[in-house]
Amino acid sequence: MTHAATKPALIACLLALAACAQPAPPAPPVIDPYAQTAAGAVFQGNLPGGVIGVEGSAEFFRAQVGDTVLFPADQTTLTPEARAILSRQAAWLNRHGNFTAIIQGHAEETGTREYNLALGARRASAVQEYLVAQGVAPGRIRTLSFGKERPAEVCSDESCYARNRRAVTVVSDGGVGL
Amino acid sequence: MFHKLTLAPALAAILAVGAPALPAMGQTAPLRIEITDGVIEPMSIAIPAFHGDAELAARVRQVVADNLTGTGLFREIPAEAHPARPAGFSDAISYEEWRAVNAQALVTAEVTQAGEDISVRFRLFDVFTGQPQGDGMQFDARAADWRRAAHKIADQIYTRLTGERPYFDSRVAFVQETGPKNARIKRIGVMDYDGANIRWMTDGASLVLAPKFSPDGRQILFTSYDSGFPQIRLLDVASVTSRPLTQDPGAMAFAPAFSPDGRRIAYSREQGGNSDIWLMDVATGGQRPLTNAPSIETSPSFSPDGSRIVFESDRSGTPQLYIMGLDGGEPQRISFGDGRYGTPAWSPRGDMIAFTKRIGDRFHIGVMRTDGSGEKMLTESFLDEGPTWAPNGRVVMFTRVTPGGTGEPRLHSVDITGRNMRPIELDFAASDPSWGPLLP
Repeated sequence: MTHAATKPALIACLLALAACAQPAPPAPPVIDPYAQTAAGAVFQGNLPGGVIGVEGSAEFFRAQVGDTVLFPADQTTLTPEARAILSRQAAWLNRHGNFTAIIQGHAEETGTREYNLALGARRASAVQEYLVAQGVAPGRIRTLSFGKERPAEVCSDESCYARNRRAVTVVSDGGVGL
Repeated sequence: MFHKLTLAPALAAILAVGAPALPAMGQTAPLRIEITDGVIEPMSIAIPAFHGDAELAARVRQVVADNLTGTGLFREIPAEAHPARPAGFSDAISYEEWRAVNAQALVTAEVTQAGEDISVRFRLFDVFTGQPQGDGMQFDARAADWRRAAHKIADQIYTRLTGERPYFDSRVAFVQETGPKNARIKRIGVMDYDGANIRWMTDGASLVLAPKFSPDGRQILFTSYDSGFPQIRLLDVASVTSRPLTQDPGAMAFAPAFSPDGRRIAYSREQGGNSDIWLMDVATGGQRPLTNAPSIETSPSFSPDGSRIVFESDRSGTPQLYIMGLDGGEPQRISFGDGRYGTPAWSPRGDMIAFTKRIGDRFHIGVMRTDGSGEKMLTESFLDEGPTWAPNGRVVMFTRVTPGGTGEPRLHSVDITGRNMRPIELDFAASDPSWGPLLP
């Protein structure tokens, strides 16, 4: 029940208004709603209906399944962490056959524009191959590369580069671009 | 004697007059500044106020002076030091007075305007020998093309004093960048080589990358995301309209380059994550692969005779430069130094290849001979990228990017001796320059 947790907080505010003007406490840690099992990733969380969207929505895919996988510098092979995320992506796509996916490959800024386009394409393709191997029909997936044109983070050191070397899976139930 | 030339309207379809022949030199050894790798002393040149229409003459004179001093090869003698200017353009030169202010070369000119037409005449003198250097010349042009007339004069002076081919009367295609680093708006523009006379070729609605001028300067190849996916488009500069050259939905297309005859393009075609270099006939759309390797092959650039292509490949494990013929055969690797090489650009003279090189966390623009020998770095910064050659093969322009969240690209040029690094004067961020041909 979505409201169950908020009602006590509201009551607390009514009782002590001053306390509610204090800065909000740190956000609770995000708990991965999926559990890795021998059968693959299994969804175990509660669905916060109306907040992130229903399970079969692009919003849910982005926020709960995880739309982004990261790559080490100059690499286009998938890390174990990336494979775990992609297994969840594949499971979700296999549950929601009305969705198509565009995989956007990206690279950090320290490379030439054209090489980075090709590098981003390799990353997007690595993701596509993994999803297809997990049973997603190839015709539902299209790839492209933005090279270094669309960084997620804009600083010029490894903390940002690590987050820019990525592939982002964008799902749509409109068959966009396919 | 006087040579008279008419400037064709900019980018007109037919050009009535070919490139001007170099006039004969005088009897004495010509005044000459030798461009070598060593430190040079700039030649001192006097460019007193031009005769004729005062306002227009002042503008033309300033462009001529800026063109020449911008090379780093000339030092202009300030007007305050000048002796009295001859009363008329055709009056005799008092060489002794110019020698007294240490002028080595002297330029005189006259600019007249009649309606929409202008006429510019100039003479060049070797002050120390007291001789004209070459014949006088006259350029007739439309008033709107006054900067081109100025570039033509400066080109003549540059050529007579350096022995090098001219390059000032040329244009550069580039990408303007606005907006935050993670959501850049990019549009293609065309400017005079010195950053003036900007015309916009795209509107910024779609992401566009890496324009490349055709050998005749009338068309521009570029990569566009207007379909949602990178594809190559061909833009007609005069009409500012473009059409797709590639539209295979299953293959990304990028990094296009024209062949020297303008009839074919080489480009990178990506399928299933693998990029190879393909050759396309522009008129028919017929195409075939030139490489077939699981590695990344990109950034092709033709040799001036059109028989070979230099490109970038990571088949050895890191990006390196290779040369291949158009008729197949194993590509030959030409880069063997430390670091990663990219974006090779074959010099219009045919003798050199400019490139981007990354060593550690620093980037350089460098040049090497076509066999890979004589490698020399011209620049160093956080991120330098994408050299393009001036039509005479003496200067390269490139993109320099500053680091950080507010970092942005700027265009710079540098002489192939490594001297005279300078930013192109633009009041916005810009990248991906492509230097077009010398205009007729």
